[in-house]
Amino acid sequence: MKKEIANWGNYPVMESNEQQFSFDDQLQQMVKEAAHFIPRGNGRCYGDASLGGQTISTLKYDKILSFDTQAGVFECQSGLMLDKILEVIVPKGWFLPVTPGTKFITVGGAVGSDVHGKNHHVDGSFSNHIVDMDVVLSDGRMLTCSPTQYGDLFEATCGGMGLTGLISRVKFRLKKIETSYIKQKQIKADNLEHVLQLFEEYKHYTYSVAWIDCLKKGKGFGRSILILGEHAKVTDLDALQEREPLKLPKKKQITFPFNLPSWVLNTFTVKAFNFLYYGKNFKKEINNVVGYEPFFYPLDAILHWNRGYGKKGFIQYQFVVPMHAKQGLIEILQRISDKGIGSFLAVLKVFGEQDSLISFPEEGYTLALDIPVRQGLFEFLDELDQIVLQHGGRLYMSKDARMKPGVLEAGYPRLSAFKEIVKKYNPDGKIRSTQSDRLLLTTNN
Amino acid sequence: MSTVLILGAASDMAVAIAKKYASAGHAIQLAARNVQRLKALESDIAIRYNTTCTAYEFDALQFTSHQAFFDSLPVKPDITICVFGYLGENETARANWSESEKIIHTNYTGAVSILNVVSNYYAAQKKGVIAGISSVAGERGRQSNYIYGSAKAGFTAYLSGLRNRMFHEQVHVVTVQPGFVYTRMTENLTLPPLLTAQPEAVANTVFKAVDKKKNVVYVKWFWRWIMLIIKSIPEFLFKKLKL
Repeated sequence: MKKEIANWGNYPVMESNEQQFSFDDQLQQMVKEAAHFIPRGNGRCYGDASLGGQTISTLKYDKILSFDTQAGVFECQSGLMLDKILEVIVPKGWFLPVTPGTKFITVGGAVGSDVHGKNHHVDGSFSNHIVDMDVVLSDGRMLTCSPTQYGDLFEATCGGMGLTGLISRVKFRLKKIETSYIKQKQIKADNLEHVLQLFEEYKHYTYSVAWIDCLKKGKGFGRSILILGEHAKVTDLDALQEREPLKLPKKKQITFPFNLPSWVLNTFTVKAFNFLYYGKNFKKEINNVVGYEPFFYPLDAILHWNRGYGKKGFIQYQFVVPMHAKQGLIEILQRISDKGIGSFLAVLKVFGEQDSLISFPEEGYTLALDIPVRQGLFEFLDELDQIVLQHGGRLYMSKDARMKPGVLEAGYPRLSAFKEIVKKYNPDGKIRSTQSDRLLLTTNN
Repeated sequence: MSTVLILGAASDMAVAIAKKYASAGHAIQLAARNVQRLKALESDIAIRYNTTCTAYEFDALQFTSHQAFFDSLPVKPDITICVFGYLGENETARANWSESEKIIHTNYTGAVSILNVVSNYYAAQKKGVIAGISSVAGERGRQSNYIYGSAKAGFTAYLSGLRNRMFHEQVHVVTVQPGFVYTRMTENLTLPPLLTAQPEAVANTVFKAVDKKKNVVYVKWFWRWIMLIIKSIPEFLFKKLKL
């Protein structure tokens, strides 16, 4: 069916012929017969990954295949979304090993982007927890891979943006929980130096992330709120919560009804928002017990919040620079604050060690911020890219809609090995996206 | 906990119906020609809803196998829902008998065959509920899909007669008339959004109708009125229309 599709950033928008399937045999047939295609889940990456003239949607391929409630191992088809998984596993005392800031992504997408969460420094990225998975290759064959079986396929599929094949089944390990609540600690940091110090001081916390004010200049430069969390134990709960420690949250959602005009977000409104957001925490430190939804998925409560950035869409710019390159982080924050293009959602996090073929995370500081698409933005981001590269950093493909192929190449030292594996399993570049063509990952050259 | 048998369980509508009943705590029996395709659904329902779910091979077109199929069920269902159907291509079917035959046998003959078996069992037990998914296309033949429509008309008449007979046996029969529904069957058709239901809406209608012992239900209420108007157009006029 022909339809207009876009990912979460609403940029770019394109027409695509989308096919759906429900069964293995249907899928293999579809892949075999396709001239070219890119697998697509719920479209919650931001840029032009999973976009293309031909897409195969996994959304109807969403069955749970097994759930070992003793060992905490879960197996499902790739179109199943994390919100549905939580509904099943939380009441049984299990949680996702890694979750990004939205639960509206498919398991296939979680692997294809090799997503990370607030616990990266402790638990690594999603693919760390995979037991094994099935991938349907461009010729329609289905292969089971794991770190020890077709290891090259496995490695290149984790974070490989769907280019090795369509991930069809994933079996992964869960995290044991006593309650569905999070023991949360929020600490106000006066400036960047302070928040980085706090990250270090509290690195034993399982979950940590900081909201950062990108517009503040002077001695409050980089002021932040550090948010820390641990899965609460039964003894942490109050009497009411204790009655049903593994209770699922009630579904409360509001919908952002229309695209906000682009002028609404400007330096003034964002500064005002940041002032209020920072100011809402009167105390230096807040400690409380909250449900897992407000802790992990605060924005999921507002459906279509991306409409707030207007019809032209937005770019989420996310990079990581190594620990020793703190100067790079400061330089970029300075450029952003000078340019006055900060956003409501600027998020800072410290990654732990990771040495993957093509996944984004590596030890260091990662910053993510949303910027509405406007004139001159891409040129400005090109400049930021250079600073990131100078400091040995890289960008996240799942957020990307505009980086130049050279930036990818310079940021990912094992890119050529990745390309080789893609070529091995997807020899004619039949599986390709707008992004993979743009980044010269699938064009024959 | 009662058991619900779903005939033609691989379709989108059947999946929605199975999930609806499973979420209400019923045990589910899935039956379809390609039992391999049911495996994932079987585990999904059992895990997601903490209930019993089993899958069986059932071919609507193998009429002679129907009695044996029903006899082999380890637990006899309290509710049987007949969901299978085949839309086919009217134009192909006009010229090609095997396509016509498939449409007629899937939508009518096969349904009669299996429901005869089920209803005889229910009549002897003096309890049970049968729900048949027919179609508004069966209410008046139109040039665009009269072969499918006539088969569904036959099925609707069958269900009506069966309801009449079974009333005296304390067995209830529901006729469900979905209008357009977004499913695999219709994915290549352009459907008017206002008139088209999601499979979950069909599932809710079936569930409520069985629960409330309704006789004939429409999924979207206005379909009853649309069909009333279509049925009341005089034939001398109707034949000139391009419907």
